[in-house]
Amino acid sequence: MPPVHDVAVVGAGPAGLAAAVEAAASGLAVALVDTAAQPGGQYWRHYDETHARPADRAGHHGWRTFTALRERLDALRAAGRIRYLPGHQVWLVTRSADGEFDLRLTATTATASVAARSIVARALILCPGGHDRQLPVPGWELPGVLTAGGVQALLTGHRTPAGRRAVVAGTGPFLLSVATGLAEAGVTVAAVAEANGVGGWLRDPLGALSAPGKGVEAARYAALMARHRIPYRTRTVVREILGRDRVEAVRLARVDRDGRATGPDEEVAVDLVALGWGFTPALELPLMLGAATARDVDGSLVVVADDLQRSSVDGLYVAGEATGVGGAALAVAEGRLAALALAADRGRPADPARTRRLRGRVRRGRRFAAAMHRACPAPPGWSDRLPDTTVVCRCEEVSYGDLRRAYDDLGATDARTLKMLARPGMGWCQGRVCGYATAAIAARWGGRATTVDDLRPLATRSLAVPVPLEEIAALAGEPAGATEEEGGDGE
Amino acid sequence: MTADLVVVGAGVVGAASAYFATLAGLRVVVVERGAVAGGTSSAGEGNVLVSDKEAGPELDLALYSQRVWREDLAEHGDRWEFESKGGLVVAASAEGVASLRELTAHQRACGVDARDLGHAELRDYEPHLSPHLAGGAFYPQDAQVQPMLVAAHLLRLARERGAQVRTHTEVTGFLRAGARVTGVRTPAGDVPAGAVLNAAGTWAGDVAGLAGVRVPVLPRRGFILVTQPMPPGTIRHKVYAAEYVGDVASSDAALQTSPVVEGTAAGTILIGASRERVGFDRTVSTAAIGALAARAIALFPMLRTVRAMRTYLGFRPYCPDHLPVIGPDARAPGLWHACGHEGAGVGLSAGTGKLVAQALVGGRTDLDLAPFAPERFAEEDLP
Repeated sequence: MPPVHDVAVVGAGPAGLAAAVEAAASGLAVALVDTAAQPGGQYWRHYDETHARPADRAGHHGWRTFTALRERLDALRAAGRIRYLPGHQVWLVTRSADGEFDLRLTATTATASVAARSIVARALILCPGGHDRQLPVPGWELPGVLTAGGVQALLTGHRTPAGRRAVVAGTGPFLLSVATGLAEAGVTVAAVAEANGVGGWLRDPLGALSAPGKGVEAARYAALMARHRIPYRTRTVVREILGRDRVEAVRLARVDRDGRATGPDEEVAVDLVALGWGFTPALELPLMLGAATARDVDGSLVVVADDLQRSSVDGLYVAGEATGVGGAALAVAEGRLAALALAADRGRPADPARTRRLRGRVRRGRRFAAAMHRACPAPPGWSDRLPDTTVVCRCEEVSYGDLRRAYDDLGATDARTLKMLARPGMGWCQGRVCGYATAAIAARWGGRATTVDDLRPLATRSLAVPVPLEEIAALAGEPAGATEEEGGDGE
Repeated sequence: MTADLVVVGAGVVGAASAYFATLAGLRVVVVERGAVAGGTSSAGEGNVLVSDKEAGPELDLALYSQRVWREDLAEHGDRWEFESKGGLVVAASAEGVASLRELTAHQRACGVDARDLGHAELRDYEPHLSPHLAGGAFYPQDAQVQPMLVAAHLLRLARERGAQVRTHTEVTGFLRAGARVTGVRTPAGDVPAGAVLNAAGTWAGDVAGLAGVRVPVLPRRGFILVTQPMPPGTIRHKVYAAEYVGDVASSDAALQTSPVVEGTAAGTILIGASRERVGFDRTVSTAAIGALAARAIALFPMLRTVRAMRTYLGFRPYCPDHLPVIGPDARAPGLWHACGHEGAGVGLSAGTGKLVAQALVGGRTDLDLAPFAPERFAEEDLP
């Protein structure tokens, strides 16, 4: 039997690092599992540390927070209080009869092999982060079209600009981060196309005031945008991406609040398109354990957590984007709070004033995030004018027209039945990329807003990632635990 | 309008029954508490098999269904990925081969095309098969469909012939005229009808209960692993180990796994089949999926490094004697059943639907329904 940890923290981004460090400092025996080779998550992704340069921290917000957490991680590892497992991906979580969590681990691209095939923990703090939300647009499958986060990851993780002349499009302040990052790396940014109105995300006084650091961040972006003369086009979307074998141009159009074009298309020559419509929290593991979920202001499926980051499942704490997309500062506060709450739940001495302060910080962070989400929605009618040939599910090459036919002719009027009958989300990514879009399309055709019931079937994955059969075979002869969603997921 | 028939359940069996009933000229309403094919129809492999059946009424129904799939429904086969791929049954030991030979001899006597194969011939059929197998048998009649597409397209065809399909509409009771069943109650209103067909699959016992009759359909859980898409022709047939036939026929409640491996039109490879009676427990069993993976690798060593993308589970509608329940229920005149097909419901749906339609219009059925009579169970087998 593997040793039993007091807590396993999954994810070493802002929330997970904070949670692991805090839990270990409270005296708990911690395992920290992360897919990447070095800590920091997507937000603090940086170049291979063995070949670091001072410029690698450029563009990173809260870098001092990261280095402080990093130093504590190193110290706690050295003291044997944190077992850090980089390059490990959890592919299955089950629960034993006595309530312990069994995590099965597999190697990631960062590792050739794993140090542990499984770990056991009495409690779990899940900080899985998220990935870019994508909305299908004609031509988005062409080489040279990347997610905004993917472009950022190439820049910060590999010092590699993904093109020479770019359009960055979608919605939200993250577009500015990517555009200015590209410009600083020497890329010509032909435009930032923001689907929503001018500076809407700074206008909500309640939200903006509750997170003062955000104003500084915005001013910095504004200065960089000006210095690099990057056109910031509001109420503008990419209507089509053009090119034969790779991206050659985009068609931009002005749109109204619902996403309807209000002017003629304008063609802009580019070799890189970065698309980002906010983020989709990674809920594979909490859903595997049956955690209750809700629909957040931005339309994402998120885990329901109480004011101490506790989910509906006993012993399961969740922090960071999985409880609602809100950025790194909020994630750090939630990670700390989850660890303190767990320590208190396990009878460790806790500082109530500190917990109170963190709860306040989380409340204010949530308020800011909600204001931001309200200012930067995906335009409600984004799918209305998609041509039938637009690819929605890229793994299984399912088009918008395929979905329409399944909906109209076969009675697939909900996301799950669409998946069964037309196969969106049945391929390699298991709906990570097209899940939100498919749920939104089904709801739109039904004349209603997306619900948890639309989102959950395409967010639920029986295996968190594809895993070699020999690793599944190694489970034979062991007892059980996670919960499957309703119905099958048949072929 | 008053319907001639209300079909309860929009899975494959309900869909096939509705389709053939409209062909027979009946006015049909299908009511389904969830979505189309949302129950066990979406949790299987799409088997249309004769190979896994011993001589008896179920094999007769399977052979009859073969005709319905290949003749009555032939023109629609592409819509639901009908593939006459053939089944390959393999045995690891000389004893296994000997009992397989006995089975194929009986099956041939019933009209099954079953061809005995020696050790050397197996890899002509499946190049990636383990070399450590003693022999096998090939069944050209075995076929595969995509069962959710079967249900959805049969319902579409039924709608084109005037049927109504009401999903997300749960039956909460029956309309009665004395003992006679005259329709169903739903939260969206009553649906009067000349007859009601209970095609509620694993939940058919509950529906029967609403009419005051007992039908012993129980859930028998199974898991399936789905691999990443593989190149066409990686696994060409439905391949399974000879002990599968014994597991299907077993009444043991404990976990049984026998490897069943096959490709799909989408390129994925499906790995079954586990059986256990644990009620409607949706907990992932690491023992079950671990055993499935281990046994599939034993058959096809190349699967070792192939990745599984997902696993899913379902609940086969199981009756104590492993036979479905098909026909009118004398205990509640007007109530009919087409349920309890266990793991064979997809394959048997075509024949079941056609026979039910024949019986509903009072004609002679192509196959005697007596072995499937709803009243056949002994008191101790009833819920």
